[in-house]
Amino acid sequence: MSITVEEIDNGIVIDHIPAGKGVLVMQLLDIDQNYKGMVALVMNVRSNKFGKKDIVKLQGKTMNQKIFDKIALVAPTATINIIKDFKVIEKRKVAIPQKLVDVSRCPNPKCITNFESVETIFLNLNDSFFRCYYCERVFEREELK
Amino acid sequence: MRKKSLISIRDLDKRDIENYLKLAERYENHFTKEKIGKVLATLFFEPSTRTNLSFQTSAKRLGIDTLNWNVQFSSTQKGESFEDTVKIVSGYADILVIRHPLEGAARFASEVQDKPVINAGDGANQHPTQTLLDLYTIKKYKQKIENVNITLLGDLKYARAMKSLIYGLAMFGANITLVSPKGLEMDSYVIREVKEKFSANIIEQNVIDLSGTDVLYLCRIQKERFSDPYEAEKIQKEFRVNMDYLKKAKDDLIIMHPLPKVDEVPKEVDKLKNAIYFSQAKNGVPVRMAVISDLLGLGD
Ligand SMILES: [Zn+2]
Repeated sequence: MSITVEEIDNGIVIDHIPAGKGVLVMQLLDIDQNYKGMVALVMNVRSNKFGKKDIVKLQGKTMNQKIFDKIALVAPTATINIIKDFKVIEKRKVAIPQKLVDVSRCPNPKCITNFESVETIFLNLNDSFFRCYYCERVFEREELK
Repeated sequence: MRKKSLISIRDLDKRDIENYLKLAERYENHFTKEKIGKVLATLFFEPSTRTNLSFQTSAKRLGIDTLNWNVQFSSTQKGESFEDTVKIVSGYADILVIRHPLEGAARFASEVQDKPVINAGDGANQHPTQTLLDLYTIKKYKQKIENVNITLLGDLKYARAMKSLIYGLAMFGANITLVSPKGLEMDSYVIREVKEKFSANIIEQNVIDLSGTDVLYLCRIQKERFSDPYEAEKIQKEFRVNMDYLKKAKDDLIIMHPLPKVDEVPKEVDKLKNAIYFSQAKNGVPVRMAVISDLLGLGD
């Protein structure tokens, strides 16, 4: 069985999202009922590499570094294809940067960043653990969102 | 070696610390008679008279004037933002000493204005001058830190002094034994970090055995950490040092404590020559003089 989804003219296709994380990725990209472009979310597709994966297609969506970092955090295996005139003009594998700026609030309720208006900064220790630059606590990847 | 601010023990490497300890030694008996035309402000958002006095003494002995801003922080009561307060005081002083219940407050303060900041304690996070004075004290009594056997005893989870001390000790290659009640153990990420960074030699125990120990470092176990008051009492009793434990200890064992102590140390221990916590506290003065003088570039 296969599901066919219409090609998009311009926008992005996020492939190789770990199965079940597609909805979260859509949330990170602020996709809701008000989004005007064509949106496709395909869940639990068979994948040679991962067994199962999710795919998200978004017409008219553009990327910036912050969105890129956010996706890397929840879907570290994802690849992002940027589409222009029905062609993939750029293919990028997401990567968690050494320094995550303003991508997550600090899970420590006693952290100054939860009281003063300041961008959070997390230092990537080894792609699984992250240290808050301010309160210096270490968090697991799943705790950041 | 001049640093901009001193926020965390993680900002320092071994050489920085050695330099501070050397400089502190030079300041042991140093009193400047003339004022040097600088102002140090202490901003305390939670009370800590001891730390505040220590910083003010250090400043005065360097000929620096002091300002004192004490406001109780409240997370529910809306007042002037911390950022605004820091910016205002920064206009009056050449260096800021900040104590705040929120973690990361001093780091934040060092970024919203230009003057150097010394972190005098931010929640359960850091208190770097405490660690420096602890290292200074160990070195003074044991002539070295490397290979000294040190036991950290008490609440290792919430005690800020312990979290940065273990980092400093590991950096200098001490042999560290951790003894704490169940549930109050040192956070595993702290242990993992010092093992990875310094290949630290760390043993975790839940019984007190002081037979091979050179330095016993105590801290409080607060009743509030336990929901059951009976349990709290039992554990406090079990983890209180007493003369029985000390019988098996080395003659030249030193007993340290970040102070204030309440009832975790019996009065008879105070009388022992091994109990050095009051001179430990006194060492805070030359150590803080060294840090202040470095941050203000007084030696340049
Ligand atoms: Zn934080």
